[in-house]
Amino acid sequence: MKLVSLGLLGVLVVAAGQAGDSRITEPSWPPARAKFSDIQGCVEPTEVMRKDHMRFLFHQRDRTVHQGIRTERHSLVGCVDCHSGEDQNGKPIPINAAGQFCQSCHAYAGVNMDCFQCHATTPPLQTSASYFPTKIAKPMTVMTLAALPANAWYLSCDG
Amino acid sequence: MADNSNRLQPGRRQFLSKAAATATLLALAPGVRLVDLARARAEDEPVTAAVRWGMLIDTTKCAQGCDACVRACDTEFGLTTSDRPEIDAHYIRKLDIRDEHTGKTYSLPMLCQHCEHPPCVDVCPTGASFRRADGMVLVDKHTCIGCRYCMMACPYKARSFIHEELTTQLSHAPRGKGTVESCTFCAHRVDRGQMPACVESCAAEGHHAMVFGDVNDASSEIGKRVRQVPSRQVRADLNLNTAVRYEGL
Ligand code: SF4
Repeated sequence: MKLVSLGLLGVLVVAAGQAGDSRITEPSWPPARAKFSDIQGCVEPTEVMRKDHMRFLFHQRDRTVHQGIRTERHSLVGCVDCHSGEDQNGKPIPINAAGQFCQSCHAYAGVNMDCFQCHATTPPLQTSASYFPTKIAKPMTVMTLAALPANAWYLSCDG
Repeated sequence: MADNSNRLQPGRRQFLSKAAATATLLALAPGVRLVDLARARAEDEPVTAAVRWGMLIDTTKCAQGCDACVRACDTEFGLTTSDRPEIDAHYIRKLDIRDEHTGKTYSLPMLCQHCEHPPCVDVCPTGASFRRADGMVLVDKHTCIGCRYCMMACPYKARSFIHEELTTQLSHAPRGKGTVESCTFCAHRVDRGQMPACVESCAAEGHHAMVFGDVNDASSEIGKRVRQVPSRQVRADLNLNTAVRYEGL
Protein backbone atom coordinates (compact mmCIF):
# COMPACT_ATOMS: atom_id res chain seq x y z
CA MET A 1 0.00 0.00 0.00
CA LYS A 2 2.79 2.26 1.00
CA LEU A 3 4.61 1.52 -2.22
CA VAL A 4 1.50 2.19 -4.24
CA SER A 5 1.00 5.52 -2.49
CA LEU A 6 4.58 6.51 -3.10
CA GLY A 7 4.26 5.51 -6.73
CA LEU A 8 1.08 7.51 -7.05
CA LEU A 9 2.73 10.49 -5.43
CA GLY A 10 5.59 10.18 -7.91
CA VAL A 11 3.18 10.24 -10.82
CA LEU A 12 1.38 13.24 -9.38
CA VAL A 13 4.62 15.13 -8.87
CA VAL A 14 5.74 14.43 -12.41
CA ALA A 15 2.33 15.42 -13.74
CA ALA A 16 2.35 18.61 -11.69
CA GLY A 17 5.84 19.38 -12.91
CA GLN A 18 4.87 19.00 -16.53
CA ALA A 19 1.64 20.94 -16.15
CA GLY A 20 3.60 23.64 -14.32
CA ASP A 21 6.04 24.04 -17.16
CA SER A 22 3.33 24.65 -19.68
CA ARG A 23 1.02 26.72 -17.49
CA ILE A 24 3.38 29.24 -15.99
CA THR A 25 4.64 31.89 -18.34
CA GLU A 26 8.09 33.15 -17.62
CA PRO A 27 7.91 36.87 -16.97
CA SER A 28 9.00 39.10 -19.81
CA TRP A 29 8.58 42.81 -20.22
CA PRO A 30 9.48 45.74 -22.45
CA PRO A 31 12.99 47.12 -21.91
CA ALA A 32 13.45 50.15 -19.67
CA ARG A 33 13.61 53.50 -21.45
CA ALA A 34 16.87 54.57 -19.92
CA LYS A 35 19.82 53.44 -17.90
CA PHE A 36 20.47 54.99 -14.53
CA SER A 37 24.14 55.34 -15.35
CA ASP A 38 26.74 53.92 -17.65
CA ILE A 39 27.49 51.19 -15.21
CA GLN A 40 24.11 50.57 -13.60
CA GLY A 41 20.77 49.82 -15.21
CA CYS A 42 18.33 50.67 -12.45
CA VAL A 43 18.42 53.12 -9.54
CA GLU A 44 19.96 50.38 -7.41
CA PRO A 45 21.74 47.25 -8.58
CA THR A 46 19.29 44.97 -10.35
CA GLU A 47 19.62 42.11 -7.86
CA VAL A 48 18.81 44.51 -5.03
CA MET A 49 15.84 45.94 -6.88
CA ARG A 50 14.41 42.51 -7.65
CA LYS A 51 14.35 41.59 -4.01
CA ASP A 52 13.82 44.90 -2.27
CA HIS A 53 12.09 47.37 -4.59
CA MET A 54 9.07 47.53 -2.30
CA ARG A 55 11.24 48.57 0.62
CA PHE A 56 12.60 51.48 -1.36
CA LEU A 57 9.07 52.36 -2.42
CA PHE A 58 7.65 52.19 1.11
CA HIS A 59 10.45 54.31 2.45
CA GLN A 60 10.16 56.88 -0.29
CA ARG A 61 6.39 57.00 0.02
CA ASP A 62 6.59 57.89 3.73
CA ARG A 63 9.25 60.49 3.06
CA THR A 64 7.16 62.03 0.33
CA VAL A 65 3.79 62.01 2.06
CA HIS A 66 4.96 63.05 5.51
CA GLN A 67 8.11 65.03 4.87
CA GLY A 68 7.53 66.51 1.44
CA ILE A 69 10.67 64.94 -0.02
CA ARG A 70 10.07 64.52 -3.71
CA THR A 71 13.33 63.18 -5.01
CA GLU A 72 12.89 60.96 -8.03
CA ARG A 73 15.31 58.19 -7.41
CA HIS A 74 13.00 55.83 -5.54
CA SER A 75 9.68 57.30 -6.58
CA LEU A 76 6.99 55.13 -8.05
CA VAL A 77 6.38 57.75 -10.73
CA GLY A 78 10.01 57.28 -11.70
CA CYS A 79 9.56 53.50 -12.01
CA VAL A 80 6.49 53.93 -14.19
CA ASP A 81 8.17 56.62 -16.26
CA CYS A 82 11.12 54.43 -17.13
CA HIS A 83 9.64 50.95 -17.25
CA SER A 84 6.29 51.34 -18.99
CA GLY A 85 5.95 50.09 -22.53
CA GLU A 86 4.35 51.66 -25.57
CA ASP A 87 2.06 50.31 -28.25
CA GLN A 88 2.79 50.66 -32.00
CA ASN A 89 1.42 54.20 -31.98
CA GLY A 90 3.71 55.26 -29.17
CA LYS A 91 0.85 55.32 -26.70
CA PRO A 92 1.92 54.21 -23.23
CA ILE A 93 0.57 50.87 -22.02
CA PRO A 94 -0.44 50.71 -18.35
CA ILE A 95 2.43 49.18 -16.41
CA ASN A 96 0.03 46.84 -14.65
CA ALA A 97 -1.37 45.46 -17.92
CA ALA A 98 -0.61 41.87 -18.88
CA GLY A 99 2.95 41.42 -20.09
CA GLN A 100 4.09 44.75 -18.77
CA PHE A 101 6.94 45.37 -16.36
CA CYS A 102 5.19 45.23 -12.99
CA GLN A 103 2.40 42.87 -13.85
CA SER A 104 4.36 40.13 -15.60
CA CYS A 105 6.71 39.54 -12.71
CA HIS A 106 4.03 39.92 -10.05
CA ALA A 107 1.86 37.40 -11.86
CA TYR A 108 4.79 35.00 -12.03
CA ALA A 109 5.55 35.43 -8.34
CA GLY A 110 1.87 35.30 -7.42
CA VAL A 111 2.09 38.54 -5.47
CA ASN A 112 -0.77 40.98 -5.54
CA MET A 113 0.02 44.65 -5.94
CA ASP A 114 -2.31 47.47 -4.88
CA CYS A 115 -0.19 50.44 -5.93
CA PHE A 116 -2.19 51.05 -9.07
CA GLN A 117 -5.58 51.24 -7.45
CA CYS A 118 -4.53 54.82 -6.77
CA HIS A 119 -1.31 55.55 -8.65
CA ALA A 120 -1.10 56.42 -12.33
CA THR A 121 -0.07 53.48 -14.51
CA THR A 122 1.45 55.51 -17.32
CA PRO A 123 4.23 58.13 -17.34
CA PRO A 124 3.41 61.73 -16.40
CA LEU A 125 1.78 63.67 -19.21
CA GLN A 126 3.96 66.06 -21.14
CA THR A 127 1.98 68.94 -19.70
CA SER A 128 2.92 68.04 -16.18
CA ALA A 129 6.60 67.70 -17.02
CA SER A 130 7.18 70.54 -14.61
CA TYR A 131 6.53 68.10 -11.79
CA PHE A 132 9.86 66.59 -12.64
CA PRO A 133 11.95 69.61 -13.30
CA THR A 134 15.19 67.95 -12.34
CA LYS A 135 16.50 64.76 -13.80
CA ILE A 136 18.74 62.41 -11.93
CA ALA A 137 22.05 64.08 -12.47
CA LYS A 138 24.78 62.14 -10.84
CA PRO A 139 24.69 58.39 -10.58
CA MET A 140 25.30 57.01 -7.14
CA THR A 141 28.10 54.65 -6.36
CA VAL A 142 27.29 51.20 -7.53
CA MET A 143 26.77 48.76 -4.71
CA THR A 144 26.86 45.02 -4.94
CA LEU A 145 24.84 42.78 -2.69
CA ALA A 146 27.96 41.63 -0.92
CA ALA A 147 29.05 45.18 -0.26
CA LEU A 148 25.75 46.16 1.33
CA PRO A 149 26.06 46.82 5.03
CA ALA A 150 24.00 44.29 6.97
CA ASN A 151 22.21 47.12 8.72
CA ALA A 152 21.29 49.05 5.56
CA TRP A 153 17.97 50.73 6.31
CA TYR A 154 16.14 49.00 3.55
CA LEU A 155 17.16 45.59 4.76
CA SER A 156 15.78 46.29 8.21
CA CYS A 157 12.81 48.51 7.57
CA ASP A 158 9.62 46.55 7.32
CA GLY A 159 7.83 49.10 5.26
CA MET B 1 0.10 66.36 19.76
CA ALA B 2 -0.73 70.04 20.23
CA ASP B 3 2.32 71.92 19.12
CA ASN B 4 2.18 75.64 19.49
CA SER B 5 5.63 76.23 18.14
CA ASN B 6 4.41 77.40 14.79
CA ARG B 7 1.52 79.50 15.90
CA LEU B 8 1.37 82.67 13.90
CA GLN B 9 3.72 84.92 15.79
CA PRO B 10 4.94 88.11 14.21
CA GLY B 11 8.67 88.48 14.19
CA ARG B 12 9.27 85.15 15.86
CA ARG B 13 11.29 83.51 13.21
CA GLN B 14 14.82 84.23 12.12
CA PHE B 15 15.59 83.89 8.47
CA LEU B 16 18.19 81.87 6.84
CA SER B 17 20.24 84.23 4.76
CA LYS B 18 19.53 82.13 1.71
CA ALA B 19 15.81 82.44 2.25
CA ALA B 20 16.02 86.15 2.73
CA ALA B 21 17.92 86.49 -0.51
CA THR B 22 15.31 84.49 -2.35
CA ALA B 23 12.54 86.54 -0.77
CA THR B 24 14.15 89.72 -2.06
CA LEU B 25 14.28 88.24 -5.51
CA LEU B 26 10.64 87.33 -5.26
CA ALA B 27 9.68 90.81 -4.21
CA LEU B 28 10.91 91.93 -7.61
CA ALA B 29 8.53 89.62 -9.38
CA PRO B 30 5.42 89.39 -7.22
CA GLY B 31 2.95 86.64 -7.92
CA VAL B 32 5.20 84.80 -10.29
CA ARG B 33 6.70 82.24 -7.98
CA LEU B 34 6.11 81.30 -4.46
CA VAL B 35 8.95 80.60 -2.70
CA ASP B 36 11.26 81.75 -0.12
CA LEU B 37 11.84 79.01 2.35
CA ALA B 38 10.52 76.06 0.43
CA ARG B 39 13.16 76.84 -2.12
CA ALA B 40 15.76 77.12 0.57
CA ARG B 41 14.96 73.59 1.67
CA ALA B 42 17.03 71.13 -0.28
CA GLU B 43 15.09 68.62 -2.32
CA ASP B 44 15.95 65.79 0.04
CA GLU B 45 15.37 67.66 3.28
CA PRO B 46 12.18 67.18 5.30
CA VAL B 47 9.76 70.06 5.74
CA THR B 48 10.07 71.83 9.05
CA ALA B 49 7.88 73.87 11.36
CA ALA B 50 9.92 76.97 10.52
CA VAL B 51 7.41 77.48 7.73
CA ARG B 52 3.69 77.63 8.16
CA TRP B 53 1.86 77.69 4.89
CA GLY B 54 -1.23 79.81 4.89
CA MET B 55 -3.73 81.49 2.65
CA LEU B 56 -5.42 84.85 2.89
CA ILE B 57 -8.60 85.25 0.90
CA ASP B 58 -9.89 88.73 0.17
CA THR B 59 -13.65 88.32 -0.13
CA THR B 60 -13.97 91.81 -1.57
CA LYS B 61 -11.95 90.70 -4.60
CA CYS B 62 -13.54 87.28 -5.00
CA ALA B 63 -16.03 87.65 -7.83
CA GLN B 64 -19.51 86.27 -7.57
CA GLY B 65 -20.07 83.72 -10.32
CA CYS B 66 -16.38 83.05 -10.82
CA ASP B 67 -15.25 79.50 -10.18
CA ALA B 68 -11.77 79.64 -11.70
CA CYS B 69 -10.23 78.27 -8.52
CA VAL B 70 -12.60 75.31 -8.44
CA ARG B 71 -11.91 74.46 -12.07
CA ALA B 72 -8.16 74.81 -11.64
CA CYS B 73 -8.31 72.47 -8.66
CA ASP B 74 -10.36 69.90 -10.55
CA THR B 75 -7.86 69.97 -13.41
CA GLU B 76 -4.84 69.85 -11.14
CA PHE B 77 -6.03 66.79 -9.25
CA GLY B 78 -7.94 65.12 -12.05
CA LEU B 79 -11.23 65.42 -10.14
CA THR B 80 -13.73 64.26 -12.66
CA THR B 81 -17.47 64.29 -12.47
CA SER B 82 -19.55 61.14 -12.66
CA ASP B 83 -23.12 60.23 -13.43
CA ARG B 84 -23.72 60.65 -9.71
CA PRO B 85 -22.62 64.26 -9.13
CA GLU B 86 -23.61 64.06 -5.47
CA ILE B 87 -20.59 61.82 -4.82
CA ASP B 88 -18.06 63.92 -6.74
CA ALA B 89 -14.97 64.95 -4.81
CA HIS B 90 -14.56 68.65 -4.05
CA TYR B 91 -11.41 70.07 -2.57
CA ILE B 92 -12.67 73.62 -2.93
CA ARG B 93 -16.19 75.03 -3.22
CA LYS B 94 -17.50 78.46 -4.04
CA LEU B 95 -19.95 79.76 -1.45
CA ASP B 96 -22.29 82.69 -1.80
CA ILE B 97 -23.43 83.84 1.59
CA ARG B 98 -25.77 86.58 2.72
CA ASP B 99 -25.88 88.44 5.98
CA GLU B 100 -29.49 87.93 6.99
CA HIS B 101 -29.62 91.21 8.91
CA THR B 102 -28.09 93.54 6.38
CA GLY B 103 -28.61 91.62 3.16
CA LYS B 104 -24.94 92.06 2.26
CA THR B 105 -23.70 89.19 0.11
CA TYR B 106 -20.26 87.66 0.02
CA SER B 107 -18.68 85.22 -2.36
CA LEU B 108 -15.80 83.11 -1.17
CA PRO B 109 -13.93 79.88 -1.78
CA MET B 110 -14.14 77.33 1.04
CA LEU B 111 -11.44 74.70 1.28
CA CYS B 112 -9.56 72.76 3.91
CA GLN B 113 -8.56 75.40 6.44
CA HIS B 114 -5.36 73.56 7.41
CA CYS B 115 -6.00 74.04 11.11
CA GLU B 116 -3.26 74.06 13.66
CA HIS B 117 -5.49 71.82 15.78
CA PRO B 118 -7.31 69.83 13.12
CA PRO B 119 -10.37 67.90 14.36
CA CYS B 120 -9.89 65.41 11.50
CA VAL B 121 -6.50 64.46 12.92
CA ASP B 122 -7.95 64.16 16.43
CA VAL B 123 -10.57 61.64 15.39
CA CYS B 124 -8.65 59.58 12.85
CA PRO B 125 -8.26 56.07 14.29
CA THR B 126 -5.35 55.09 12.07
CA GLY B 127 -3.14 58.14 11.99
CA ALA B 128 -3.84 58.59 8.30
CA SER B 129 -5.01 62.16 8.88
CA PHE B 130 -1.99 64.11 9.89
CA ARG B 131 -0.57 67.58 10.01
CA ARG B 132 2.71 68.03 8.19
CA ALA B 133 5.38 69.99 10.06
CA ASP B 134 4.83 72.99 7.79
CA GLY B 135 1.12 73.10 8.56
CA MET B 136 -0.47 71.21 5.70
CA VAL B 137 -3.23 68.91 6.88
CA LEU B 138 -3.15 65.81 4.70
CA VAL B 139 -4.40 62.25 4.40
CA ASP B 140 -1.91 59.45 4.05
CA LYS B 141 -4.07 57.35 1.80
CA HIS B 142 -1.84 54.35 2.35
CA THR B 143 -3.11 54.23 5.93
CA CYS B 144 -6.66 55.53 5.47
CA ILE B 145 -9.32 52.87 6.02
CA GLY B 146 -12.15 54.99 4.70
CA CYS B 147 -14.05 55.19 7.98
CA ARG B 148 -14.91 58.84 7.27
CA TYR B 149 -14.73 59.95 10.90
CA CYS B 150 -12.68 62.88 9.68
CA MET B 151 -15.44 63.95 7.32
CA MET B 152 -17.87 64.05 10.21
CA ALA B 153 -15.43 65.94 12.40
CA CYS B 154 -14.51 68.65 9.89
CA PRO B 155 -16.47 71.85 10.59
CA TYR B 156 -15.77 73.08 7.06
CA LYS B 157 -17.06 70.08 5.14
CA ALA B 158 -13.72 70.05 3.40
CA ARG B 159 -13.25 66.35 2.84
CA SER B 160 -14.54 63.97 0.20
CA PHE B 161 -14.72 60.21 0.00
CA ILE B 162 -13.99 58.29 -3.17
CA HIS B 163 -16.86 55.92 -3.76
CA GLU B 164 -15.96 54.38 -7.09
CA GLU B 165 -12.94 52.81 -8.69
CA LEU B 166 -10.85 55.29 -10.65
CA THR B 167 -8.59 54.68 -13.61
CA THR B 168 -7.60 58.12 -14.82
CA GLN B 169 -5.41 59.30 -11.97
CA LEU B 170 -2.62 61.76 -12.65
CA SER B 171 0.97 60.89 -11.77
CA HIS B 172 1.26 63.62 -9.18
CA ALA B 173 -2.18 63.05 -7.65
CA PRO B 174 -2.75 59.44 -6.64
CA ARG B 175 -6.33 58.81 -5.50
CA GLY B 176 -8.42 55.72 -5.16
CA LYS B 177 -11.60 54.13 -4.01
CA GLY B 178 -12.20 53.80 -0.30
CA THR B 179 -10.07 56.68 0.87
CA VAL B 180 -10.81 60.20 1.99
CA GLU B 181 -9.16 63.22 0.46
CA SER B 182 -9.17 66.98 0.61
CA CYS B 183 -7.25 70.07 -0.37
CA THR B 184 -3.52 69.48 0.08
CA PHE B 185 -2.57 73.15 -0.37
CA CYS B 186 -1.09 71.65 -3.54
CA ALA B 187 1.74 70.15 -1.51
CA HIS B 188 3.18 68.60 -4.68
CA ARG B 189 3.50 72.05 -6.27
CA VAL B 190 4.49 73.97 -3.16
CA ASP B 191 7.27 71.46 -2.45
CA ARG B 192 8.68 72.41 -5.85
CA GLY B 193 8.30 76.12 -5.32
CA GLN B 194 5.09 76.64 -7.24
CA MET B 195 1.88 78.31 -6.11
CA PRO B 196 -1.23 76.24 -5.47
CA ALA B 197 -3.29 75.84 -8.63
CA CYS B 198 -6.28 77.83 -7.29
CA VAL B 199 -4.15 80.81 -6.34
CA GLU B 200 -2.50 80.82 -9.73
CA SER B 201 -5.82 80.67 -11.57
CA CYS B 202 -7.40 83.39 -9.45
CA ALA B 203 -4.50 85.68 -10.33
CA ALA B 204 -4.68 84.66 -13.99
CA GLU B 205 -8.34 85.71 -14.03
CA GLY B 206 -7.22 89.06 -12.72
CA HIS B 207 -8.95 88.80 -9.35
CA HIS B 208 -5.95 88.28 -7.06
CA ALA B 209 -8.30 87.34 -4.24
CA MET B 210 -6.01 84.65 -2.84
CA VAL B 211 -2.58 85.12 -1.37
CA PHE B 212 -0.56 82.08 -0.42
CA GLY B 213 2.74 81.83 1.38
CA ASP B 214 4.59 81.39 4.62
CA VAL B 215 2.72 83.23 7.36
CA ASN B 216 5.70 82.88 9.68
CA ASP B 217 7.72 84.95 7.25
CA ALA B 218 6.98 88.55 8.17
CA SER B 219 8.47 89.79 4.92
CA SER B 220 6.39 87.61 2.60
CA GLU B 221 3.29 89.08 1.01
CA ILE B 222 0.97 87.03 3.17
CA GLY B 223 3.15 87.54 6.22
CA LYS B 224 2.82 91.31 5.83
CA ARG B 225 -0.88 91.25 5.06
CA VAL B 226 -1.93 89.09 8.01
CA ARG B 227 0.03 91.37 10.29
CA GLN B 228 -1.47 94.57 8.91
CA VAL B 229 -4.95 93.89 7.60
CA PRO B 230 -7.81 92.56 9.74
CA SER B 231 -8.66 89.02 8.78
CA ARG B 232 -10.98 86.40 10.21
CA GLN B 233 -11.05 82.69 10.70
CA VAL B 234 -14.28 80.96 9.85
CA ARG B 235 -15.63 79.45 13.09
CA ALA B 236 -12.92 81.17 15.08
CA ASP B 237 -14.93 80.09 18.14
CA LEU B 238 -13.57 76.57 17.67
CA ASN B 239 -10.02 77.77 18.37
CA LEU B 240 -8.53 75.72 15.57
CA ASN B 241 -6.13 78.45 14.43
CA THR B 242 -6.80 77.94 10.77
CA ALA B 243 -4.15 78.65 8.15
CA VAL B 244 -6.79 80.01 5.80
CA ARG B 245 -8.05 83.43 6.77
CA TYR B 246 -10.62 85.70 5.19
CA GLU B 247 -10.45 89.43 4.67
CA GLY B 248 -13.56 91.60 4.32
CA LEU B 249 -15.85 89.08 5.94
S1 SF4 C 1 -11.42 58.17 6.64
FE1 SF4 C 1 -9.22 57.79 6.62
S2 SF4 C 1 -8.28 59.77 7.15
FE2 SF4 C 1 -10.48 59.90 7.69
S3 SF4 C 1 -10.56 59.33 9.87
FE3 SF4 C 1 -10.91 57.42 8.69
S4 SF4 C 1 -8.86 56.52 8.43
FE4 SF4 C 1 -8.56 58.64 9.08
